[in-house]
Amino acid sequence: MTVTEREQREFIAAAAADARVNVELETEGMTLNIGPQHPATHGTLRIVARLDGEQVVAAEPVMGYMHRGYEKLAEVRTFPQVTTLINRIDWLGSFANEVPFILAAEQLMEVEVPPRASWIRTILFELSRLANISLFLGDMGVQLGAITPVFFAFRDREFVLNQIEAVTGGRFHPNFDRIGGLKDDLPKGWIEDTRGVMVKMRNFCDELEDLLLGNEIFEARTRGVGVIPADVALSYGLSGANLRASGVDWDMRRDNPCGLVHDELDWKVWTHPDGDSFARYWVRLQETREATYMIEQMLDGLPAGPVMAKVPVIIKVPAGEAYVATENPLGVMGYYVVSKGDLGPFRVKIRSASFNNISVTPWVMRGVYVPDVITILASLYFILGDIDR
Amino acid sequence: MWTLAIELAYWQQTAIKLVVVALVIPTGAIILGYVFLMKMMSFMQSRLGPMEAGPYGTLQLLADGVKFLQKEDVFPRRADRYVFALAPVVVLVSTFLLFVVLPVGPDAVVSGLDAGLFFALAVASLSVIGVLMAGWGSANKYALMGGMRAAGQLIAYELPLVLAAIGVVIQAGTLDLNKIVLAQATGEIFGWGAIGNPYILTQFVGFAIFLVAVQAELTQPPFDMPVAESEIVGGYQVEYTGFRFLFFFMAEFGTAFAFAGIASVLFLGGWYVPGLDPTSGWFNLIGPFVMFIKIMAVSALIFWFRFTFPRLREDQLQKLAWKVLIPLSLLNIVVTGVLKVLV
Repeated sequence: MTVTEREQREFIAAAAADARVNVELETEGMTLNIGPQHPATHGTLRIVARLDGEQVVAAEPVMGYMHRGYEKLAEVRTFPQVTTLINRIDWLGSFANEVPFILAAEQLMEVEVPPRASWIRTILFELSRLANISLFLGDMGVQLGAITPVFFAFRDREFVLNQIEAVTGGRFHPNFDRIGGLKDDLPKGWIEDTRGVMVKMRNFCDELEDLLLGNEIFEARTRGVGVIPADVALSYGLSGANLRASGVDWDMRRDNPCGLVHDELDWKVWTHPDGDSFARYWVRLQETREATYMIEQMLDGLPAGPVMAKVPVIIKVPAGEAYVATENPLGVMGYYVVSKGDLGPFRVKIRSASFNNISVTPWVMRGVYVPDVITILASLYFILGDIDR
Repeated sequence: MWTLAIELAYWQQTAIKLVVVALVIPTGAIILGYVFLMKMMSFMQSRLGPMEAGPYGTLQLLADGVKFLQKEDVFPRRADRYVFALAPVVVLVSTFLLFVVLPVGPDAVVSGLDAGLFFALAVASLSVIGVLMAGWGSANKYALMGGMRAAGQLIAYELPLVLAAIGVVIQAGTLDLNKIVLAQATGEIFGWGAIGNPYILTQFVGFAIFLVAVQAELTQPPFDMPVAESEIVGGYQVEYTGFRFLFFFMAEFGTAFAFAGIASVLFLGGWYVPGLDPTSGWFNLIGPFVMFIKIMAVSALIFWFRFTFPRLREDQLQKLAWKVLIPLSLLNIVVTGVLKVLV
C-alpha cells in the first residue's frame, strides 16, 4: 500500500498538532517595578520584583532617588548648623535625629550637660517617637486596605506635634538641640498639657488594638507574612522594633544609654518571638504605649535648674573622633563624627536605621505574593529620608 | 389592577423607560457616593467630609463630575485603543441592564421578565468582560494584574451569589422578582402571617452569603484586590482619566445601588410594607420610596463593611469563596428544600 503525498502531509500535521497540545503551556515571568512612584513606598523607593503570576521570585530594592548628600554637606557647615540638615533625615521624628549628633559633639568637647536639659531632651526624644510611630500604626492599616486607622493616627499625632511645637516652635523640624543643652526651657503649663496628650495617645493605642489587632483579616494578612528569624535579622543589621519583633532583646535605650536618662526610668523592652509582620506591628504598638508611660515618669521627676551649660559663643570642637548611637523611632541611629579642631566637622558618617532595615527585603520577599510585598514594606517601616540621607 | 390611563406606543414606552433607567444610575450613584462615601465615611473617621460645594457639601459629586468631564481624554501610547475606549461602556451597560428588571411597585418595573432574577444575575456578570478589557487594553502591568484579579474574583463570587439566591427561589417558587415580592407579602412563617414573610427571617444564611458575595462583586473592601490602591494603584482603572473614569465610578456605585435593590427585593420584601394590601395600585406610588429606604439600609451595611475592614489577599479570597461560602450556600439550599417539602 502506497502512501499518497496528501496522507503523508496529514500525518505530519496531526503529529505536530499532538506535540503542540502535549507541551505544557509556556508561561513567562514579568518584571514589575514597584516604585519609585508608588503609594506604598511613601517616598521614592523602588522595588524591582520579578513575578511568576502573583508570586514574587526575586525582589531587589533600588535606593538613592532621594539622596541629598548630607554627609558631604555637613563637612562645609559649622557644628550648630548641622542640626538643621540632619533634622530632615527621618522627617517624622526630627528631634530624635539631632540628639545623637549633639551627644557626639558634646563628647568631643567634654561638656557637662545640666540634668534638666538631659531630661527635657529625653522627653522630646520620646515625643518624636510618638509622633513617628503613631503614623506607622495607622499607615499599616491603610496599606492593608483599611482606610480608617490612618485618619485616627493623623488626628492624634496632631496633639503630639502641638506639644513639640509649643516647646520648639517647629512642628516638623524643631532644630532645638544645642551643644551643651537646649535652646529654651519648657513653656508655662506645658507639663499639664502633655499629661493630657499622653492619655489621648494611650486611648489611641487602645482604639487601634480594637480596630486592627482583633481583626481576623488583619491577622490573616500579617501573621506568618515576612518572617525574619533572629539570626537573619542580626546578620542584616536590623535594629529597633524590627529586631525586637524577631525576639532579640536589644534596645540601645536600656543597653547603652549615653547622655539620655532612660536608665533612670522604670520601663520595659517589648519583644515578640514570631518575627512576622504582625509581631512588628504589635511591638511598635506596645512601644508607643510604653513611651507614654516613660514621658509621664519624666514629667513627674523633672529636675530644676538651667537648660544650657557654659559653652563658648563660637563653638570649636577639639580634634578627635566620636561615635554615638541612640535608639531612634526607626531603629539605631548613629553618627561618627571626626573633628580636626575646626568650626565644622571634618567628616560625618551617618548610620541610619532604615537603610539597614530595608536591606533585608531581598531575603524576606522571596516567594511571597504581591500584596505581601506591601505588607512587608509597611511593617518594616522605613522613612525614605532615613534610607537615602 | 390600577394601570396607566394613557396608552402609549411601544417606542414611546421604550423611550420613557430608557430615560428613567438612564437617570436612575447617576442619581443612585450620586446619592450613595454622597451619603456613604463622603459623609458616613468622614464621620466614621472623625472628619467632616466635603462642606463647601452646596449646602453641607451636597453638590460635591456634581462638581467632581463636571471636573471629570473637563479632563483630557488620555490614551496610553501602547493601549489597544478600541478595547480601552469600550471597556467603561461595557461595565456601565451591565449596570444599566440590572435596573431593567428591578421592580419598585406592582406595575412599576421597566420590564417584568418571568426569569427576572436569572436575568439580573446574568447581566451582573457582564461587567467582568468590561473589567478584563480595561485591564488588557491599558497596556499596563498593574492594570493587567488588576484585570486578572477581577476576573478570578468575580467568577469565584458569582457562584455563592447565585446559590444564595436559589434559597429564595425555592421558597417563593418563582424567578419573577415581582412574584417574589408578592410571595413575601402573602407568606407566612410557620402559620403566622402578620408581617408576611420577608425572607431575611427564614433565609438569613442566604442573606449573609448574598451580602458577602455582593461585596466581592462590587470589588469593595475587604474584597477590593482588583483595585487595591496601595498595592496595584487602582488596578484596571489606573490608566483611565476624565469621563471614562467617571463611567467606572458611576458603574461602581450604580451597581451597588442595583445590588442593594435586588437584595431588598429578595430578602426584605421589596416595595411591600406589612399591613397593606399588596395588590393595591397605590404601591406603584409609594413603592419607589419604600424601595429607596430599604436600598439605603442595605447600602449602609455594604458601605459600613467597606470602611471598616482591611483587604484580604487574593488566595485567601478564593479560599473563602470555594471552601466556605459555596459549601455553606449548598447546605442552605438543602435545608431550604427539605423544609419546603416538610412544612
